[in-house]
Formats: sequence, C-alpha cells, structure tokens
Amino acid sequence: MRRSASLSGPALMIGAVLLALLFTTGILLIAGAPPLEAYRQVVLGSLGSTKKITDVLVAWVPLLLATSGLMVTFAAGLWNIGIEGQITLGAIFATGMLRLTLDGGLPPGIAIGAAILAGILGGAVWALLAGLLKAYGGVNEIFGGLGLNFVAVALTVWLIFGPWGRPGVASMSGTEPFPDTFSLPALSGLRLSPWAVLLGVGGYLLVFLILQGTTFGLRLKAVGKNPRAAFLLGIPTVRYMLLAFVLCGGLGGAAGAVQVTAVYHRLIPSISSGYGYLGLMVAMLVNYQPLWMPLVAFFFAALNLGSIQLPIVLKLDSSLAGVLQGALVLFVLAVEGIRQRLRRPQAKAAE
Amino acid sequence: MRVELRDIHKSFGPVHANDGISLTIPAGTIQGILGENGAGKTTLMKILSGFQRADGGEIWLDGRLADIHSPQDTGALGIGMLHQDPLDVPAMRVVDNFLLGRAGGVRPRRRQAQAALHELAERFGFALDPEAYVEGLTVGERQQLELLRLLWLGARVLILDEPTTGISALQKEALFASLRKLSQEGRTIIFVSHKLEDVENLCHRVAVLRRGHLVGEVASPYDTDRLVEMMFGRVVSLGSRLEGQAGKRVIELEEIVIEDRRMTIGPVSLQAAQHEVIGLAGMEGSGQQSLLRACAGLIRPVHGRLRIDGEDVLGRSYHGFLRLGVAFMPAARLEEGLIAGLDLTEHFALTRPQPGLLVQRQVAQERTAAQIEAFKIKGTPTSLVESLSGGNQQRTLLALVGQDMSLLLLEHPTRGLDIESVVWIWEKLKERCRAGTAIIFVSSDLDEILHYSDRIHVFFGGRVSPSLDARTTTVDQLGQLIGGKGWPEVSA
Repeated sequence: MRRSASLSGPALMIGAVLLALLFTTGILLIAGAPPLEAYRQVVLGSLGSTKKITDVLVAWVPLLLATSGLMVTFAAGLWNIGIEGQITLGAIFATGMLRLTLDGGLPPGIAIGAAILAGILGGAVWALLAGLLKAYGGVNEIFGGLGLNFVAVALTVWLIFGPWGRPGVASMSGTEPFPDTFSLPALSGLRLSPWAVLLGVGGYLLVFLILQGTTFGLRLKAVGKNPRAAFLLGIPTVRYMLLAFVLCGGLGGAAGAVQVTAVYHRLIPSISSGYGYLGLMVAMLVNYQPLWMPLVAFFFAALNLGSIQLPIVLKLDSSLAGVLQGALVLFVLAVEGIRQRLRRPQAKAAE
Repeated sequence: MRVELRDIHKSFGPVHANDGISLTIPAGTIQGILGENGAGKTTLMKILSGFQRADGGEIWLDGRLADIHSPQDTGALGIGMLHQDPLDVPAMRVVDNFLLGRAGGVRPRRRQAQAALHELAERFGFALDPEAYVEGLTVGERQQLELLRLLWLGARVLILDEPTTGISALQKEALFASLRKLSQEGRTIIFVSHKLEDVENLCHRVAVLRRGHLVGEVASPYDTDRLVEMMFGRVVSLGSRLEGQAGKRVIELEEIVIEDRRMTIGPVSLQAAQHEVIGLAGMEGSGQQSLLRACAGLIRPVHGRLRIDGEDVLGRSYHGFLRLGVAFMPAARLEEGLIAGLDLTEHFALTRPQPGLLVQRQVAQERTAAQIEAFKIKGTPTSLVESLSGGNQQRTLLALVGQDMSLLLLEHPTRGLDIESVVWIWEKLKERCRAGTAIIFVSSDLDEILHYSDRIHVFFGGRVSPSLDARTTTVDQLGQLIGGKGWPEVSA
C-alpha cells in the first residue's frame, strides 16, 4: 500500500522513456535526419571513450549539486526556480574571492577552498532573498526566483564588461582566465577534477542523509506536505522554509563555484549552463526522491554532451538533447497523471 | 413556479446527505427549510439549483420533469440560488458583476444593464451605486446585488442559503420586504436557515430536515418548541460528565472581542479551571470557532484580556501558547491536524523528537507501537495517516497531544465518528481532565455539549451567552438559544 507508487515506478519510467524516444524519433524524421545515426552519435559522443565519460562527469558534478539542493526545497514544498540565479551568484562570489586572493598572494589551495566557500555563501544569500520575499513580502518563490535570475545574469554581464572586464578587450567570452594553479587540480590529460567529484558526491550524500534520517529532514517534509498542520503541530514553518532555501542556495552556489574553479576557470555570461533548470527536470523525473537522482543526472549530462556531436557530424542542432530531456519529463508526468486518473474511479468503486 | 422534489437521494461516501426527500412547494410560497448543520439542507438546494447531481430522484417544475445537469440548465429554467458566500467578483464594479452570467454579444450592454439595475434597485428600495467596486460593499449589499442579478436573469424560483448571516437588521428588513413582494408576484422563495426567528417571521411553511431525512412540514403560525424538537430529535444517552471539583484556574478571558470577516464576536468573558470541561454551542459560524482559535493564540482579539495561569498572554504567537501548555485540535483532521503522506511513526517523531540530530527508526517505531496500543488506533507504525478511518485519525490526533498539557482546545472532537469512538474518545479526555487538564470544546452536537460539559456558552451571530450550568440546562433551552430565541432571559 505504502510503496505502491514507487513499485510501479520502473515500469512507468520504461514506458515513458519509450514514448519520449518515439516522440524524438518523429521530430528527427520530420527534420529529415536519420534517427538511428543521431542516437548512435549521441551515445558515442558521451560514452564512446574514457575521456568522453570523464567529460560527462564534468557536467554531472554541478548538475548533481544543483539537483541535490532542489531535493531540499522540493521536500519543503518550494519551487525554487531561482536555482539558476543561485548558481550564478555562487560563480560570481567564487570569482570575486579568487580575484581577491590572487592579489593577496595566498597559496592556491587555500584560495580555491575560500572561493568555494564564498560560492556557497553567494548562492545561499541569493536563495535567502527569494525566501524572505516569499515569507515577508508575499511574493511567490517562482516569481521571486525568476526575477532574481534575471538580476543575476545582468550582474554577471555588468561585471564582465565593467569592473572585472579584461583590460582593453572586455567581451562576451568572459573575464581574464585564472592561472592554472588557481583551478581545482584535474586528472592528467583530462578535464575532470577528482576534487569536484568529491564535492558533488559529498553534497549529494549530505542531502540524502538530511532527508532520510534526521529530525530536521522529517520536519522539512512535514512543512512541505502540509504547512498548516505542521505549524499547528508546533513546527516553526517560516524558519524551516528559509533554511531549505539557504541549504539549496548553498548547494547551487557550490555548483557555480565548481563551474568557475574546475570548468571554465573564469566568469562567463552563461556560467550556470542551465544546470538549474535541468536540475528541476531531473528532480521531477525522479519524483523528488533522492535515490535514483545521481543516475538520472548522469543520463541528462550524457545527453547534453553527446548531442554536441550532432552539428558537426549530421548538421543537426545540438538542441536534440533538450528535446529528448523535455519530452522525457513531460511523458513521465503525463503517464503518471493518467495513471492516477485511471486509479481514482477504481478506488472509489472499492469503497 | 411550482417545485416538486421526488425521492431525492444523495450520498457522499458513507454519509447519506439526502435520503429520499420528497417536497412540494406551490408557486408564490415562501418555503422555509430548517435543520441543524449537516441535516442536508444545502445539499438539497444545490441539487435543485444544479450545482450537484442527485444519485436518484426527480425534480418537477410546473408539472414537467426537469432535466438538470448544471447551473446553466437551472438558470434557463428560472431557478436562481443566492449562496451563503456571494458568487461575485470583488475586484469588479457593481454593474459589471450585474452583467456576468448574462448571455449576450461580444460587447456587454453596459448602459442597458445600468438602467435595469437602477430600476430594480428602486423597486426594492436598495441603494446600490453601479460604479462602486464590489470589494467595498458589505455582505448585505453584495447579497442585494446578487438578488437583483438573479431577478434580471429571470429567476422565478429563488433559493436563499442562510441569507441573514452577516447582514444588518435594516438590511434584513429590506430583504424580507422584497421577498414578500416577490412571493406576491407569484415567485417561489426557498429560504434555508437555522434561525428560528427568521423562519417564523418570514415563511408561509417550513420543512424540517434532520440527518438527511424530511422530518415533517409545518405551516404558519409555528410552535417554537415543536420546531426545536423536530430539528434536534430526542436525546440518546452518551455517557456522563466528570463530576469533579474545579481546581486552579487555567485560562481566563475578560471582555474579549474578536473581529471576524463577517461579524464581531463578543464581548465574552469566560474561564476554565483544572478538571473542568466547557462546551461552546452554536450553529457553525456563530463565532465559537473563532473564540476557540483566539484561546489558542491563532486569532488575535481586538479588545480584552486573556490570561493563562494568571499571566497576560494576549499578542503572543500560537507557538508561545503551545509552550505554556495550550494544545489545539482542529476539526479538519487531514487539512490542519495531520500530514497526509507521512506515516504514524513520522508523526510521533515530529511531535516528540528524539535527542540528537538523527531519527532512529527502530526506536521511533517501538514508541509509535506503544501509542497505537494505548490509543487503540487501528493501524501499524507504517500506516499513512490518510489511510486511517476518521475515528482512528481522531485518536491519532489525541495521541499526538502531549500528556502534560494544561489546556485542551478541541474543535468538534467527535464529528463524524461512530458512537463507540465518541464514548471512547471522551473517556480518554476525561482521564486527562482528572489529571488536571482543562478542556474547552466546540460541538454542534447538543447531546455531546450537555453530557460532557460542566458549563456551556451559547453563540448566536457573534453574541455569547454567560456561562450556563449544564446540569440545569435542557436540550430545548439550548436549541432555542442556538436558534436565536430566549436570549433576553439568559442575558439578564
């Protein structure tokens, strides 16, 4: 009874994946592209070699961090659309800290550590803003978050072209790259940094532990499922809601810091790479349960990376990954919705 | 128009809201429908007006079988319903609201509507400014607007659901005068109410409903005692009150006034001591629930003093009250009391957290199993609360309240429960009372109020009676007070 929803989960997922593939195949046929070849390219482009797989992991880490954060806000019943801005602010704070330490002549290890902590702080502050707007300003977190996302992007562009611009040649390509020593050390010959993976997995495990085993997590869930009853049972709901925002923002900020210290080595205009929105999709796809989340996040990261091949080999746009990801989420949600619709009359008849 | 209801049936799950009701209303009659909360009045009217579909039965209008599927159908047939909460759009102007629901071309005929509104308002002596915004109107004015709108749409049968709640005495007079005028024109008026005086003043005939059945019909002039008896039925024995000595005073209200959306409640002075049970009686929405919530710190009174254990606590938060030992149990078990999606173990872990950060599932389950045993809850530690029956949810709510509370505030503690559960829950409550807890509870069940309370306060439209001794109060007296009669005697 209790687990019935998740028991039929795998069958549901397979059905939805097949439908999404069918849908995407249809799109490819309409576009006049060979579907099988396109899929082969995506698989080769993401899993074709060890190098490729480590490249997927490079994208997986920030996605994992952002989605882990979203698990917390979803548990508290919050739609933290502002995650994009929180990633961006994390990147801005991390960049700012690196610039400071670069000037101050601190050893790289300490500088990078400080940059990541600053990133966590930046994301947390940005999320707290959305939370305060909701709690005290009556602004729904979806609208507040969306607004703050635009502000964050504007802030990035201003910094890149203004105070942090490259001397003389400020451009959309971003700020002056940091010296190699001021990056998280990568494996030799690869782009992947084991430190970043450690951070990502650590963030995920922290969230998993909080949600599955702590009183704090249980209370968050209570607030998410029924804030009124939680309040009447004595839980300070506003405080818990704000804490959920801060936690999620911190993890999003960590994702932004990873983008700066391990991926781009500088601040670029679209530093969040859309991992926040992608994370929302991953969270919806796993029905807000953390167990399968890393796997699905890996799958999404692989799709993103694999589709980079398409324009080169098949003259197709790389947005195919987005089509497949979006279709997947829509079909899973639709199939789940239809299943509940079908089940309801039966439950009534059984009464 | 002559309205005939034949053998109307409607069930909501296990509740038979209308159980074979047949009623004939001749044209030009003002027909009263009387009954306590949950008697099935509103359900019957929603079926007649097309807002709900009956499970069985027929509706005949002027000798023709009517095929009713939606409010649009009934509108075309000439049936209009004035709801308890007006169905208007507050952010729009009076005249635009007036136009709503009128079939018409692309461009609303504003000028024509304005003229019609003016003429109708004049006829009934209503003062409505067509350009005013509805959100600025009183409940009575919104009701007038809705009434005129229904008439303009051509309603020949008007259904009014508790129309005298929240309007002024003057507005009530105006309303009654216009209803009389309309009935003389041959329109049929159905007046749903629990207010004896209003029904007696206005209606030509009254049909009394109780628990889904039509108990009987009476024509004017009325015998109030007979109506009360028909409404509430005979008394069945439930158990007895705890006859104990009142101890230390726990809560004290002094001249408390609460501003509700609809009315002003109070001033009320009330107190409860250890071992005492205070019952708050009245029809739903007479102010008793707001007062109970004010005692819990959920609503802030605008005037008066509130002391708990002698300490002035007015203005503190609900959680502040909770820390002082005041527990509140809401009537809406799954909306406000319990958290659907969490199991019993999680509920007990929430309200009584273990030391340390981590929840030890094993320990929590053992503690939950003990509570399940003590409160005879039919379920397991991993049962989701929404899978429990109403009675078991109520037991769970009770079990969640800490044993060391000094004051229990209960909203309809046994609503919807079978008699066995009712008696059992009260045994548990009396146990706590013996241990020194004070209880204040709201109920619409007169038997429950009379049997378990030491003292009673009756609420009627925000007015609160002084405390009545439950031992010397009868069902009839209570029924009359709830219906708004006999107040001068108790207020003196």
